[in-house]
Amino acid sequence: MASSLRELRQRRQSVTATKKITRAMELIASSQIVKAQQIARNAMPYTTALTHAVSALASHGEVAHPLLEDRVPARRSAMLVVTGDRGLAGAYSSNVIKAAEQLYTKLTDEGQEVVQYITGNKGVGYFEFRNRPVEQKWTGFSDKPQYSHAREIAEVLIEKFLLPYEEGGVDQIHVVGTRFISMLSQQATATRLLPLVVEETDEPATAGEIIPFYTFEPSAAAVLDQLLPLYVANRVYTVLLQSGASELASRQTAMKAATDNAQQLIERLTREANQARQAEITQEISEITGGAAALAESAGNE
Amino acid sequence: MDHEPLKVEVVAADRQVWAGDVVNIIARTTEGDVGVLPGHEPLMAALVPCVVEIVTADGRSETLAVDGGFISVAEGHVWILSQTAVMGQEVTIDKAERELAELRELQRTGDADEDQEHRIHILEAQIRAGERVRSA
Repeated sequence: MASSLRELRQRRQSVTATKKITRAMELIASSQIVKAQQIARNAMPYTTALTHAVSALASHGEVAHPLLEDRVPARRSAMLVVTGDRGLAGAYSSNVIKAAEQLYTKLTDEGQEVVQYITGNKGVGYFEFRNRPVEQKWTGFSDKPQYSHAREIAEVLIEKFLLPYEEGGVDQIHVVGTRFISMLSQQATATRLLPLVVEETDEPATAGEIIPFYTFEPSAAAVLDQLLPLYVANRVYTVLLQSGASELASRQTAMKAATDNAQQLIERLTREANQARQAEITQEISEITGGAAALAESAGNE
Repeated sequence: MDHEPLKVEVVAADRQVWAGDVVNIIARTTEGDVGVLPGHEPLMAALVPCVVEIVTADGRSETLAVDGGFISVAEGHVWILSQTAVMGQEVTIDKAERELAELRELQRTGDADEDQEHRIHILEAQIRAGERVRSA
């Protein structure tokens, strides 16, 4: 009985320590997420302006650019998977990996080869453990991506895209990341990055907006040449930012759940420990009274 | 020629660098310097690393260093997009000059790669922007 009481107290202590850690992680994640959202907001004007410019150019027609051309049939694809560097973020990384696996199956079913690019330690670990070839990996910035990271990744991807197929080039580039919908909901999504599908931003486009008839200097093609790499880098940056914010949000949720769970566990263990202590006392009393009664009986017999 | 001042936004990849009403902008495109006054026709032009000069509606002058990107003019709005854009007063000339000197050394010995050549242009633009603010 005494040993079980000590065990219960020991367990309670260790759960209390764990709770302190998870609670701290929760608080850190929730303070970082505010920053992450701020950064994402700061990047919005650039994204909007760039998207606007690219759609203006795309609607200009008659502009052919290798980054815009659909190559049929696509024979080889690159897949960029954006995962977290660290765990303890619930199902964040495994959701992305699941979405990536789905895309992988879909692409291979279409008869394409898939070249894999990974960011984040978790994804790297997953693919390397399974001996799946990883073309290139980037780690160390999953929760606070900088524009320079996005630029580096975009450069590698564009270069790969512009290589001819025979030299190992790819016909399509897909990105698997996590979309930050709200603090409570993040969704792993796969999108095609190249050839470009010009997408509108989240902001509602003003209905019937007429794109002005631009004069392009030196020419539409030259402007597009300069613009598209920026656009690709920006898309990668957006995915990195969204994924970073999602990682923090899901870490916060996971750590909150862990803290709550630890609290419950502590309460249960405390109750059990109290019960055990009370039982011990009761037993002691009954032993003493029993002993005294036995003594009194034997004294009366003499 | 009575036009409203232009609404200008200068945005870098990770932030909005500057926004305001403007009566004159001078930037350098791949074809040469271009000045934009209110009422300009819609224009989209590729920029080279350069100093962008802005005269605001209240008569102040601002300088910015950009590393390429493009300028887009439409319906009284101007966007200047550049992956990195820095206000003249944000430039620390000493730091930029030190880095520039190192890169020049590389360039002289012929070891500079394309990125470093590009960086030299950016730094030169930054220093010019910074000096113009200093002397103003």
